[in-house]
Amino acid sequence: MNAVLGVLRKEMRITYTSPIFYAAAFIFLVITGYFFYSATAYFSLLSMQAGQNPFLAENLNLTNVVVKPFFGDLAVILLLMLPLLTMRLYAEEKKSGTIELLFTYPVSDSAVLAGKFMATMAVLLSMLLGTLPYMIILETMADLEWGIVLSGYLGVVLLGAAFIALGVFTSSLTENQIVAAVISFGALLLLWAVGWAKALAGPGLGSILEHVSIIGHLDPFTQGLIDTRDIVFYVVFIFFWLFLTLRFLQSRYWRG
Amino acid sequence: MIHAEELTKYYGTKPAIQDVSLSIDKGRIVGLLGPNGAGKTTILRILTCYMQPTAGRVTVDGLDCRTQSLEVRKRIGFLPEMVPLYSDLTIEKFLSFSGTIKGLNGSRLKSDMDRVIDECGLEEHRKRLIKYLSKGLKQRVGIAQALLGDPPLLILDEPTTGLDPAQIIDVRNLIRDLGGERTVLLSTHILPEVSQLCERVIILHKGRVRKEDAPGNLAREIQKGLRTILSVDGPGEEIRQKLSGIEGVSEVQDSSKPGEYMVLSSGDESVRPRMARMVVESGWDLQEMRSSELSLEEVFVHLVTEEGGEDVS
Repeated sequence: MNAVLGVLRKEMRITYTSPIFYAAAFIFLVITGYFFYSATAYFSLLSMQAGQNPFLAENLNLTNVVVKPFFGDLAVILLLMLPLLTMRLYAEEKKSGTIELLFTYPVSDSAVLAGKFMATMAVLLSMLLGTLPYMIILETMADLEWGIVLSGYLGVVLLGAAFIALGVFTSSLTENQIVAAVISFGALLLLWAVGWAKALAGPGLGSILEHVSIIGHLDPFTQGLIDTRDIVFYVVFIFFWLFLTLRFLQSRYWRG
Repeated sequence: MIHAEELTKYYGTKPAIQDVSLSIDKGRIVGLLGPNGAGKTTILRILTCYMQPTAGRVTVDGLDCRTQSLEVRKRIGFLPEMVPLYSDLTIEKFLSFSGTIKGLNGSRLKSDMDRVIDECGLEEHRKRLIKYLSKGLKQRVGIAQALLGDPPLLILDEPTTGLDPAQIIDVRNLIRDLGGERTVLLSTHILPEVSQLCERVIILHKGRVRKEDAPGNLAREIQKGLRTILSVDGPGEEIRQKLSGIEGVSEVQDSSKPGEYMVLSSGDESVRPRMARMVVESGWDLQEMRSSELSLEEVFVHLVTEEGGEDVS
């Protein structure tokens, strides 16, 4: 446990001194802020129109117009940002040779992996925390359904953790950070878009594709539905990629 | 302390080391000497549990590197080749990370950090970022992290490569001071380094152990006498004849430059004044006279051909 914390602290220190983090976090907040602003402005426009249109007023709902799309936007931005934060985790250590130190210290590969994964999770949480003021602003002006907000955040955290797990894996494959980021982004995009082929595939394959799609499992969370199946999907996804990472790292014993 | 039996490691189908057996006693400073690509780093990586051998078995302090890897690693302080360090951390933060991962915490971590910082002379630099340090200081930081936790075995992979002469002397002195109770295994391709530091040398070539001896014996055996280079103005043929006639001279060769002669002689030092006297008495000008030591390349050519000869016989 001591070692996990040691790795975690080191990773956080390096992350918080790296320009990549500040650039990514800055862009993340600017874009999420812009999306939030445009959704809120659209909602206020609709509210004004609803004054003359009782039918519209009946169906106008802050959650549907602002909150739900906001979590969808977060997911898209994380898809772009997280590969940039995970790319250095192992690739940088391989390139600089520090991996040799790490692998010869009396610490298990899984403890190092846990430390790196948790450190990136902490970075993700700190970035998401930066979006919380948007919700608080909304609360001051309207009646926000906090249950849905919290379940939406839970979904985004799980989705982000899944992105990170796959990103850690691609980072362990290569010593080139750009290659790691490209593979990770490409794989995530594919797993995201695979659900779109549902309509084209037959009913059997279509439903499989829908279940495999990484983004499909976020929808219920943004509606305030916390379904065990979705949680299990993300947890299995995360452990699957972390497990592959460990196996790949251990291949150094026989590959040389 | 280290006991390795018939280690073999293949990279793909290419063997990096073959049937390497080593036995290193506690408290010794031992050198692994070999040209680049001889398998030094491979052996050190196996000993530090970074990788496993294709065949063979290693124990460190009686613990098996394959099955008790974490226990073995606790007993080893390792300085990898090229000294990889986290350049974005300060010396202090980096050592604190290394110490934590080695299982130190609280006051033990603090006192151990102070000790290694003091031992490696890093006190005034402890708050500096590693990326701004000179190569020599980085080397010291690398050695400092290896010393954390006071491991009984230090493994240093080419600890003086890339340093300037003053830094090399510095690091060598540091390594010598670190000996004593500890067992130190260092790899190098620099012959004098081994003779200055090590009590025993293991010579590797093409992945096999070629020789294992005390450095003094080794040098004596390889050198087999003195080599002197003379630069003389005068008739070449006559000079060569007269030099060959001097007592103790076994061979006279032309050197790479015109007017220079390489003289091989027995270990007797008095042969050099005799040569000088002969040149002067013959009325020639003696421009220069210097002793020439075998370069590492020559040592290896020598060893390899000799070993090859033995193999045939």
